[in-house]
Amino acid sequence: MKTYVLVAILACFWMINSGYLKPLLLGAGVLSIITVLALTSFMNRKDGEAFPIVLLSRRLPGYLGWLVWQIVLANIDVVKRVWLGPASISPVVFRTHASQSSEAAKVLYANSITMTPGTVTLFVRDDVFEVHALTKEGAAEVQKGEMDRRVSALETV
Amino acid sequence: MSLFIDIISWACILCGGFLGVTGAIGLFRFPDFYTRLHAASITDTLCAGLIILGLILQAGFTLMSLKLLMLLGIFAYTAPTASHILAKTAFKCGLKPVLYDQKGGGS
Amino acid sequence: MFLAATLSIMTVMLLALIRAFAGPGLFDRILAVNMFGTKTVLLVAVLSVLGGQPTFIDVAVVYVLINFISIVAVLRFFEFGRREDEAEEGR
Repeated sequence: MKTYVLVAILACFWMINSGYLKPLLLGAGVLSIITVLALTSFMNRKDGEAFPIVLLSRRLPGYLGWLVWQIVLANIDVVKRVWLGPASISPVVFRTHASQSSEAAKVLYANSITMTPGTVTLFVRDDVFEVHALTKEGAAEVQKGEMDRRVSALETV
Repeated sequence: MSLFIDIISWACILCGGFLGVTGAIGLFRFPDFYTRLHAASITDTLCAGLIILGLILQAGFTLMSLKLLMLLGIFAYTAPTASHILAKTAFKCGLKPVLYDQKGGGS
Repeated sequence: MFLAATLSIMTVMLLALIRAFAGPGLFDRILAVNMFGTKTVLLVAVLSVLGGQPTFIDVAVVYVLINFISIVAVLRFFEFGRREDEAEEGR
């Protein structure tokens, strides 16, 4: 299952990037797909989590849509504060707890925090994130834990 | 119909350009490195996203729009990683953020 | 309109360059250079679609990857360099 998904993704990637249907170039594509498969099977022996369960979740598209909406809202907020000047910001560093169990979900949560303008993850220690926020309101928004809950919900398929 | 798509795509590109200029001005108005990181984060997320969305609408459904979509995906993957590693390295090297309560509340 | 898109991106690039030259400290400069690279990618994409040069889009894809890898490499270099200094000071 893993291998088929990987082959499909790699083939799509090759076709998007090349766009030619000549046999020579298709052969080169097949050759490089085989090389990548060999490399990943070699790497999988060293590293366990190669295909995270988060990607299989039915809620993933809904989460991504919600994330884009949050990014738009946060952008409007930061843009407002840029034009209002440095008097309107109140930078804080705080700690927040991540309730996810798998590594991939934690990575997704930390990346989501960083991607929303106004909050940046500074450090990840086990399940405690150290976050720098541009405003106190943004910090309170993260500590309310809605994003945490939504990422945790992705772990159950 | 094509006029409608044109108008939407130009609105996207102009909004993206405005957000980019705003982020660059934020790079000058904010007091320290960590707050400037947030300003740069605007230009990495919504500014790039809106400009590429406008270009996709402009290009129509071709191989080029698929490549632009891939560019958007690469942006969405690399931009948070780059800003996280910047913040982490700066924090590790001992660059202290200017905090709200240290400034004596406001100003 | 094509002019407006390129001009706004060029303005951002100019401001980022000024910040890269004037910026106090190493990390402000790296941040500005990262932003400059991102905007270069957007400029190449705009030139490719609106300027009618379909082959330029591959340049943009390659440039965004090189930009990311170079930023990560430079930051790793400074991270480990600083750590060795601290170890020497601790001795």
